[in-house]
Amino acid sequence: MTALPSSTGQKLGLVIDLDTCVGCQACATSCKEWNTGGYSAPLTDTDPYGADPDGAWLNRVHSYDVGEGATSRTVHFPRSCLHCETPACVTVCPTGASYKRASDGIVLVNPDTCIGCKLCSWACPYGAREYDYTDGIMKKCTLCVDRIYNEHLPPEDRVPACVRACPTGARHFGDLGDEDSDVSRLVRERGGYDLLPEMGYKPVNKYLPPRPRRDATTTACSAPGEAVAASNGSAIEKLFAFADKILSR
Amino acid sequence: MHPAYSVIIFTTMSGAGFGLLAWLAALALLGRIEATPALGIAGLGLAFALIVAGLVSSTAHLGRPERAWRAFSQWHTSWLSREGVLAVATFVPAGSLALCWTFTGARGAFFSAAAVLAIALAVASVYATGMIYQSLTTIRAWAHPLVAPIYVAVAAATGGTLTLFVLRTFGDVPYGVAEASILFSLLAAILKYAYWQGIDTEARTHTAGDATGLSRFGTVRVLDPPHTQANFVMREMGYTVARKHAKTLRVIALSLGFALPTVLTAVSLAAPTPGALLLAGLAVVSMAIGILTERWLFFAEAQHVVMLFYGAQRA
Amino acid sequence: MQEKAGYATPSPGVQSDLSSEPHVATSVPPADEIKTTTCYMCACRCGIQVHLKDGKIRYIDGNRKHPVNRGVICGKGSAGIMQHYAPSRLRAPLKRVGPRGSGEFVEISWDEALSTATGWLAEVRSKDPSKLAFFSGRDQSQSLTGWWAMQFGTPNFAAHGGFCSVNMAAGGLYTFGGSFWEFGEPDWDLTKYFLLFGVAEDHGSNPIKIALGKLKKRGAKIVSINPVRTGYNAIADEWLGIKPGTDGLLIGALIHELFRTKQIDLDYLVRYTNAPWLVIQDPGAKDDGLFARDADGKPLCWDANTKTLAAASRVDIAPSLVGEFTLPDGRKAVPAFRLMAERYLDMSYAPESVAPETGITADTIRRIAAEIADVAFKQTVTLPIKWTDWAGRTHSEVIGRPVAMHAMRGISAHSNGFHTCRLLHILQILLGTIDVPGGFRYKAPFPKSAPPANKPVGKPDQIKPNTALPGMHLGFPGGPEDLLIHPDGTPTRIDKAYSWDAPIAAHGLMHMAINNAGLGDPYSIDVLFLYMANMAWNSSMNIGATLKHLTATNADGSYRIPRIIYSDAYSSEMVAYADLILPDTTYLERYDCISLLDRPISEPDGPADAIRHPVVKPDRDVRAFQDVLIDLGARLKLPGFTNGDGTARYPGGYADYIVNHERSPGVGPLAGWRGEQGESFGVGKPNPQQLERYIANGSFHLHRLPREAQYLKHANKAYLEFAKSVGFVGNTEPIIFQLYSEAMQKFRLAARGHGPVQPPASHKQRIERFFDPLPFWYAPFEGSLIDETAFPMHAITQRPMAMYHSWGSQNAWLRQIHAANHLYMARSRGAQLGIADNDWVWISSAIGRVKAQVRLMEGVNADTIWTWNAIGKRSGAWGLDKDAPEAKKGFLLNHLISELLPPRDGGYRYSNSDPVTGQAAWYDLRVKIERAAPDEAQETWPLFEPLTSPTKTIAPALLDFGRAFNTERKPGRSV
Ligand SMILES: Nc1nc2c(c(=O)[nH]1)N[C@H]1C(S)=C(S)[C@@H](COP(=O)(O)OP(=O)(O)OC[C@H]3O[C@@H](n4cnc5c(=O)[nH]c(N)nc54)[C@H](O)[C@@H]3O)O[C@H]1N2
Ligand SMILES: Nc1nc2c(c(=O)[nH]1)N[C@H]1C(S)=C(S)[C@@H](COP(=O)(O)OP(=O)(O)OC[C@H]3O[C@@H](n4cnc5c(=O)[nH]c(N)nc54)[C@H](O)[C@@H]3O)O[C@H]1N2
Ligand code: SF4
Ligand code: SF4
Ligand code: SF4
Ligand code: SF4
Ligand code: SF4
Ligand SMILES: [Mo]
Repeated sequence: MTALPSSTGQKLGLVIDLDTCVGCQACATSCKEWNTGGYSAPLTDTDPYGADPDGAWLNRVHSYDVGEGATSRTVHFPRSCLHCETPACVTVCPTGASYKRASDGIVLVNPDTCIGCKLCSWACPYGAREYDYTDGIMKKCTLCVDRIYNEHLPPEDRVPACVRACPTGARHFGDLGDEDSDVSRLVRERGGYDLLPEMGYKPVNKYLPPRPRRDATTTACSAPGEAVAASNGSAIEKLFAFADKILSR
Repeated sequence: MHPAYSVIIFTTMSGAGFGLLAWLAALALLGRIEATPALGIAGLGLAFALIVAGLVSSTAHLGRPERAWRAFSQWHTSWLSREGVLAVATFVPAGSLALCWTFTGARGAFFSAAAVLAIALAVASVYATGMIYQSLTTIRAWAHPLVAPIYVAVAAATGGTLTLFVLRTFGDVPYGVAEASILFSLLAAILKYAYWQGIDTEARTHTAGDATGLSRFGTVRVLDPPHTQANFVMREMGYTVARKHAKTLRVIALSLGFALPTVLTAVSLAAPTPGALLLAGLAVVSMAIGILTERWLFFAEAQHVVMLFYGAQRA
Repeated sequence: MQEKAGYATPSPGVQSDLSSEPHVATSVPPADEIKTTTCYMCACRCGIQVHLKDGKIRYIDGNRKHPVNRGVICGKGSAGIMQHYAPSRLRAPLKRVGPRGSGEFVEISWDEALSTATGWLAEVRSKDPSKLAFFSGRDQSQSLTGWWAMQFGTPNFAAHGGFCSVNMAAGGLYTFGGSFWEFGEPDWDLTKYFLLFGVAEDHGSNPIKIALGKLKKRGAKIVSINPVRTGYNAIADEWLGIKPGTDGLLIGALIHELFRTKQIDLDYLVRYTNAPWLVIQDPGAKDDGLFARDADGKPLCWDANTKTLAAASRVDIAPSLVGEFTLPDGRKAVPAFRLMAERYLDMSYAPESVAPETGITADTIRRIAAEIADVAFKQTVTLPIKWTDWAGRTHSEVIGRPVAMHAMRGISAHSNGFHTCRLLHILQILLGTIDVPGGFRYKAPFPKSAPPANKPVGKPDQIKPNTALPGMHLGFPGGPEDLLIHPDGTPTRIDKAYSWDAPIAAHGLMHMAINNAGLGDPYSIDVLFLYMANMAWNSSMNIGATLKHLTATNADGSYRIPRIIYSDAYSSEMVAYADLILPDTTYLERYDCISLLDRPISEPDGPADAIRHPVVKPDRDVRAFQDVLIDLGARLKLPGFTNGDGTARYPGGYADYIVNHERSPGVGPLAGWRGEQGESFGVGKPNPQQLERYIANGSFHLHRLPREAQYLKHANKAYLEFAKSVGFVGNTEPIIFQLYSEAMQKFRLAARGHGPVQPPASHKQRIERFFDPLPFWYAPFEGSLIDETAFPMHAITQRPMAMYHSWGSQNAWLRQIHAANHLYMARSRGAQLGIADNDWVWISSAIGRVKAQVRLMEGVNADTIWTWNAIGKRSGAWGLDKDAPEAKKGFLLNHLISELLPPRDGGYRYSNSDPVTGQAAWYDLRVKIERAAPDEAQETWPLFEPLTSPTKTIAPALLDFGRAFNTERKPGRSV
């Protein structure tokens, strides 16, 4: 099982738009909420009201301060499993609990066979595996496998909880193996990229980069200036001449 | 990487155990030692005890030790699984070897076959242990090509030192055994030194900019982490040891792990028996401390690429 | 986006052996039951679906049909489960047994609690109702709480608006009869250029996020004006890292540029504003600066067609915007427009002049002004909507100027906020963007006349024992005669709202209630009654002083504030300081009413209101506060709460009240499905099935206006007639924007010695200066009253999106995101001061110091430091461990913010507030930063005595919520 499928029917994944994400954490808490009672239940929290609260979260939102000076940026950066095409997190697993589904490419952990050796978390470059200390097994983003095919949900809700929640619409879900899907188109149009491509894991999830700024670093001032010493008198007269017309109600 | 004691103890003990097993099997095979039942029970018994204790200790690292048996299933892809399979498989020839040794003595084709197989599987097990780490491209210091060879060399060195101690307990050490053990110690020390040189000088190529894809805007620094307290990934992968400390510990690892045992062994060659046993015992103790330190450092010095998301600039 | 997912079938050619994959239950029924209600993890009031399984909450998601959030949900809303099951929930009524602040309580019965409260309150009411101060915080029941206070007869009622946004609200209402947030919003679907001033999160939490997503999708330009670049501001196309408190200068400079380049919508000005109204120019006269009026009191303007004076309301004239005219009595008068031009074309508002103070270059200001003008005038959007104006003229289209703006506390929480907000609206109006496509759009019941017609209530003769007030407290003074003061000029209200200290305090000054009561200034009170406000911590300025007032005793050992009643749902810091606790339910256990009488959830497309209803039953001895208040009203025999025979008017509690209460005939808390059969909107008989109808519709009602009534509502006949028919406005007269505010001038004239009600001498100068009829910029008070070189840095806070004030910290999930806060400062400034990341520093202001840990960043104005608001907690509160990071590392800037300004001549100390509205000036704070010594403890300071938890609930050491829902996992520890 730990062997990777040589190809998958679909490449389901997320496309995350860093130009739109405001770092609101809705995707993180809605993920926690859905999944703590879903396939991965529970996502245990330790010391929840104490001095060192911690817990298993399948999606976490970072904030970065990037660059210096006028061209610097603040970027909010959600991070969850990228459902890589060739992930070592699967092949290192000694039990076969970690596997990549042949049908849709989702990388899952079988909670009934995982021994909690944590090796997969060592093998994941993206920090996407979350060990549940209390349950003793590894948990990770399931791409909401228990939502996207769930016949008890209305069809429009058969999307990951994080996508359903995201207030800005910065998260997109679809088949990245299908060239014609909306997500593939977005990736093409916006220059969607892989994280750490040199690792060779071939992430399915893609990130859309922040768009170029439209500010003083990119746009020159075209409005004519006025000399600091210019008397406001002349400006007023010009304005009055302009405003002195028949204005109908 | 967080230095988990269960894993440090596991690799150190089982490495030494496999080493001891291989040494004894090889010496018996080559006829360098007399396969007395006492030596068999004590020597092989110690080797088995170390291996088993190591394996048991490793299950302490598991969240679900009761499911540990499942780890034997994925040998076709997983080095951890291979390591488990090999370790357990080793017991078949090693057990046969022990039975022959104790009851029939070191004679016959069966014994030889068992010895050869036990040696091969012991080496393979240790190599597989090394490969668990070496195969992880996410941890630069582990993906180094010397990692698995060092595991094997260290097992040979620790096994040799243990062998000397066991042999001393029963009498004299045949010519060449101590010398060979010293050679393995030196080899392990040289490999380890070369490894440290390697990881210290090797360029750290992954950057926070690559991890986030934001290098196009400049240096990527953490503004707010996802959660204000440390999480599993940070606790597990975020362990760091100060450079100054690491330096000292490397010196301790090299001197207690390899240099001092070598000197003690060399001196013991010239020393009369009771003193020699004491020296061999000291060599074991020294080596144990040194290798545990080396293993601790192996984890503590290793930086995981995931920390790029949590503030590391390079990995 | 969603496509093709959910219908995956393995495609041919997949080689892996599918049968070896474990079976995954992909279609487990997630819930047995779905109940729709309204979220209350914050005040945004999104529609939610609560999914219940085995009687427990499985998960909560957004209601797609709901107008506020359209299906999405935020970070807090998704963590509602953890709020609902928090161990900090109060369990039963509590009576204090230890000293105040000790947290020692005993649980008592509701009977005892209610009769105790009734006893205390009845005594006050029969002696002097103003001895009760009733203030409510973050609740959404002000139309009930205010009405209760009115029936009680105390003038001392307000909610939290004086903390948040009264500058914004009053600035808008006095200018164009609307404002942002529930008053109106940008036309997110059509705007092409959006300016966001001083917003981190706002009340429109999800709506703004949805909107930003829309703008991004369309490629509309987003400009952020904010000293800090995080959150919304991080994704702006352009970020202007302005120096705090200087937005008025920036906006003034933009106006200057529009005037200078003659890019203003003159037609819009003459149609919809008082720009052409003639202002009397007669220095020294009692009516100097007022509008020239005809015999009927109608403002006059100059008709350029007939070259005569004419009533400005006439439609057949061509009003002049410039010139100087002679009135019949020979005096001079000029159009208000001319005064504006003179004010803003002054060189003090030139881009070059404001650049040093604001930190924004003149080039940038000029460019932005040019961009705005270009979008407004060259990129108009025209909608082919046929509509009829107030004068009965029909138009075939609506022209939109697609420049939109939104602003919040970044400009309103300063002592110059009122005028800055007015400036912002003037900028919008000059561009012609109010209630047009792509600009700003009103939400019903707005627009109202500018200012709205209702006056504040609580004048000395209106306060009598055992008597209700004649009207609701909060209104809009049109001049000094509307103030709530005694003949000697002293305030009738404990918070000094509507006094000379803060004449237009339209939301009250809740932040001053405890301080004033403690000092007995203007008088002392007998009962302080608080609801849903954590006044002993994060909502107070100068917490140390506040706690002193709450615990101060008289010579005989009795408390200076004799009785404190408080309703909270959780064990907040404030609980420890009350004598009697009335424990509330959580938001999933009660009815609430988000009413058009209060702050509804209307959309630009039409009025909307909503309810909450109990979706789960309380498992504790708690009661919804509204039920309790109605019960108290009946026990006190308040007129509105009892029938003629003294029996309770609403025996069914709040649900009964929501359905059956009528504020005026046919108008009640809910506007939807009125009438016996639910046939009418807005006005109609109570409908016994009304709540059921709401629940069936997702707990809200939206009345969509016809297209022809959707734009230019201030002058739109169809809209105004509708608005009158449902009581939103009193008449169908158009609402004229007050660029020049006569109300302001009336106060100013009083300060100049005119009229029957004049300020005492000590207040005169202040009134004269700050009641300028045309908005202007002045430096925030704190900076001008302390030594700026000693406290060179500005200090502000921001709302974290995943935390709601203090109450998110009890939430096991949310607190993991923000268990402690850092002090953020510019990397360049850190380098100058020798401060590195994670260093501990002392932040000192004129009144105290706080220790905090630093994080350096690029995206912050170099003269500004900031932190996340309300993360710091008092040890022992909120059901948290005494060593929680919130208490050890988390800190508040509130310790540094003085509630009073430094004494001025005569020693009088004004509150640290806007001089016009009394808005708390949280963001005027000035500080200095020094590195803490290396040997100082690595923890925050000041640290207060840990509180004892009143709930006695033991917080679990482990939380595995949801385990029981997972019926697919093999039970037990499978091998
Ligand atoms: N998640 C969450 N949402 C909330 C709340 C919450 O606690 N949490 N609280 C609710 C309440 S009660 C309120 S009042 C609203 C407030 O909503 P906001 O108005 O968004 O409140 P603040 O977070 O105070 O944001 C003020 C913003 O103004 C900036 N600022 C400060 N000074 C200046 C200045 O001089 N000029 C400019 N241009 N910007 C400045 C700050 O950097 C900050 O970004 O939020 C409501 N929504
Ligand atoms: N430094 C600084 N200070 C500030 C601000 C700032 O920006 N900077 N912002 C100010 C502003 S705008 C505001 S509005 C205030 C907000 O400050 P507060 O009004 O004090 O807001 P909260 O901290 O949310 O406290 C509300 C109380 O209501 C309780 N509560 C929650 N849910 C319920 C319920 O269902 N029923 C009842 N009865 N009680 C409930 C909570 O437990 C809590 O004790 O803070 C002000 N303080
Ligand atoms: S992101 Fe990590 S856990 Fe997910 S598939 Fe890739 S390697 Fe595996
Ligand atoms: S922790 Fe579980 S899933 Fe991960 S490698 Fe070990 S057995 Fe496999
Ligand atoms: S897809 Fe589901 S499991 Fe994955 S991050 Fe989103 S909500 Fe979490
Ligand atoms: S919900 Fe959307 S906007 Fe919010 S943090 Fe997640 S991706 Fe960003
Ligand atoms: S913004 Fe979030 S917390 Fe506030 S009401 Fe909406 S969903 Fe609830
Ligand atoms: Mo607020």
